[in-house]
Amino acid sequence: MSTAQQTSENRGPLAALGDAARTRLLEIRNGELGSLPIVIGIILLAIIFQSLNSNYLTPNNFVNLMVQGAAMTAIAMGIVFVLLIGEIDLSVGYVSGVAAVLMALLLRPDDNQWPTAVVLPLAILTGAAIGGLHGLLITKLNLPSFVVTLAGLLAWNGVVLLLISNNGSIIIQDAVVVSLTSSFLPPWLAWALLVACVVGYAAVQLTRRRNRLASRLSVEPSLLTWLRVAALAIAGAVTVAVANLSLGIPYVFVLLGAFFVLWTYVQNRTQFGTWVFAIGGSLEAARRAGINTDRVRIACFMISSSMAAVGGIILASRLRSVDTNVGGGSLLLYSIAAAVIGGTSLFGGRGSAKAAILGALVIAAIDNGLGLLGLGSGQKFVITGLVLLIAVTVDALSRRGHAEAGKH
Amino acid sequence: MPDETLLELHRVSKNFGAVQALYQVDLTVRAGEIVALVGDNGAGKSTLIKSVAGIHPISEGELRWLGRPVTVRSPKDASELGIEVVYQDLALADNLDVVENMFLGREMLTRSRQLDANSMERRALDTLDELAVTTITSVRRPVAALSGGQRQSVAVAKAVMWSARLVILDEPTAALGVAQTRHVLNLVTRLGEQGLGVLLVSHNLHDVFEVADRIVVLRLGQNVAEFDRRTATQAEVVHAITAGALARVPGQAGEADS
Repeated sequence: MSTAQQTSENRGPLAALGDAARTRLLEIRNGELGSLPIVIGIILLAIIFQSLNSNYLTPNNFVNLMVQGAAMTAIAMGIVFVLLIGEIDLSVGYVSGVAAVLMALLLRPDDNQWPTAVVLPLAILTGAAIGGLHGLLITKLNLPSFVVTLAGLLAWNGVVLLLISNNGSIIIQDAVVVSLTSSFLPPWLAWALLVACVVGYAAVQLTRRRNRLASRLSVEPSLLTWLRVAALAIAGAVTVAVANLSLGIPYVFVLLGAFFVLWTYVQNRTQFGTWVFAIGGSLEAARRAGINTDRVRIACFMISSSMAAVGGIILASRLRSVDTNVGGGSLLLYSIAAAVIGGTSLFGGRGSAKAAILGALVIAAIDNGLGLLGLGSGQKFVITGLVLLIAVTVDALSRRGHAEAGKH
Repeated sequence: MPDETLLELHRVSKNFGAVQALYQVDLTVRAGEIVALVGDNGAGKSTLIKSVAGIHPISEGELRWLGRPVTVRSPKDASELGIEVVYQDLALADNLDVVENMFLGREMLTRSRQLDANSMERRALDTLDELAVTTITSVRRPVAALSGGQRQSVAVAKAVMWSARLVILDEPTAALGVAQTRHVLNLVTRLGEQGLGVLLVSHNLHDVFEVADRIVVLRLGQNVAEFDRRTATQAEVVHAITAGALARVPGQAGEADS
C-alpha cells in the first residue's frame, strides 16, 4: 500500500488525488459510507424546507437552530459513549433535569445563593455520580443497562418532582447561565476563533503527516490534506459570516465545539478510547487482552450522565426557567435518535462525537423547519421517526454490502 | 537449528472435581519444532493448552520452561514466560483495525499519554513482514473486512510480536477454505523456521502431516502414542486416536522420542 501511494505522489498531485478518490469510492461501495449520506440528507432538508418556507434559510433562523439543538447535541455526544460499548442509557433526559433543577435551586437569588463557579461543576459532578451509580449496578450486579436506566428514567423523574416540590417553576436569573444561550461572540472574536481552529487543525494534520513519514508509513496525498483544511475553513467561514448577519455565534456553540474536540480526542487518541471501541466490538476479546472492562464501562456511563447534566444546564439557560417538565418530553428520544442518525451503532463499536453533532443537526433542522411550517408535535414526531427509520435502513443496507465485501 | 527445550510437561494431571481430564501427561516442545497435539473430542487437548496458558492451573505434575520448573497461574504468567495462545475464536475485536487488535490492552503511549499510533503501526508492519504475511494490504482497515486466513495471520502475528517463544495454535484451520488453510500452514512452517516452538492442536490429520515434526496423541486424558512425522502413517495415528492403549502406569507410553 505504501509503495503504491508513494509512486502516485511522484506522478503528480492530481494523479495522487485520483487514487485517493478511487480508494474512497471503493470504500463507499464496500459500505463504509462515513458522513456522506447524512451530509446529503442535511442539504436535502435545507432545500425542501426553504422551498416550503422562505424564512428557513435566514441568518436569524440559523442562529436559532444552533441554540435550539444545543442541549440535545450535548446529551447525544455523551450517549455515544454508552452506545459504543453496546449499552443504552434511557435516563439521560431526567438526569439532565436533575442537574438543571439542582442548579436552579442553588442559584436562586436569596441569602443562600451559591457562587456560579461552584454550582456548575457541582451540577456536572452530580451527573457523573448518577452515571457512576448506574455503571456500578450494570457491571457489578450484571444487570442489563436497559433496565437499570429505565429505572433511572422513572426515579430521576421523581427526584426532579421532589426537588421542585411546591416551587412550580424556578426562574433562572444567574448572568453566566443565561448568557450561555443568549449572548453572542463579537464578530471579530468569532473570526479570530475560526482562524485559530483552522490553523490548529492544519498544524495537527501536518505534524501527523510528518511523523508518519518519519516512521516510514504511508501517507495520504498532501493535496487531500489541504483540501480537508480548506473545507473546514470554508464551512467555518460560512457559519461565522451567516451568524454574524444575525446576532452572531452563541457562546453555547463554542462550548459544544470544545466538547467535540475533547471527546474526539478521547475516542481517537487515547488508550481509553481504544478500549471503549474494543469493548463494543468484542467484550470477550477486551477482557482477554487484560483490559479492566468494568472500569471502562462505568466510565462510559459517567460520561453519558455528565454530558446529560451539561445538556440540562444548556436547556435551563435557553428556557430561562426550570419546571416539573424539565428533561422530559422528546429530549431523551431525540438525543438517542441524533446519535443513531449520525451513524452510531446501537450494537456497539461504531460511533463518534461527530456523528452525534451531525445527527443532532438533522433533528434540529427537521424540528425547526416543521415548526416554521406551523405543524404540530404530531406531524413532527411522525416525520422525525421516519427520518430515523431511513437513516437506520441506509446504514443497515450499507453494512450488508460491507459484510459481503469481507468475504473474499 | 537450536535444539533448546522450551516446554516440558512431566506427569501432568488435571482434575475438575471428580473428573480426571488429564492423567500424567508428558509433552516436550523444543525451539524450532512443530509439535501436533491430536486426539478425539474430549481427549484433553483443550484442557492441556489451557493448563499451559494458565487458565486452568495444573493439579499435579511439573511444568518446566527452559529447564526450570515454573508455575503458571494466569494468562499473564504465561505471557511473561513467552507463551502465547491463539484460540480458535482468535479473540479479535472486529471493529478495530489490525494494528489496534495487535496492541489491544498493551498499547504504546507517547510521553504525553497519547496513543503512539505511528510506532505501533510500524511495529505491526515489521512483524507482518517478518512472517511474510503479504495478503493484508492495509493494517488500518477493520479486521471485519479480512478473510478467515488473514484474521488467523493477524492473531499469530500478534503472538509473535509479543516476543512469544512458544505459540500454541488451537484448531487454526478449522474454519478455513483450501487456499486460506494453505496460507496458514505456510505461516506455521515459517514460525518453526524462525526458531519458535509451535504446539498445534488440530483435528485435521492432513494438516498435521503437512507441517508437524512430531505428533503426540492424547486419548481420554492420557498419552497413548507419539510419532515422528517422517516415519508415521495416517493409519497408525488414527488407530492411536481411536484405540490407543491406555496406560495406567505413569510415563510408560509415548516415550519414543525422549
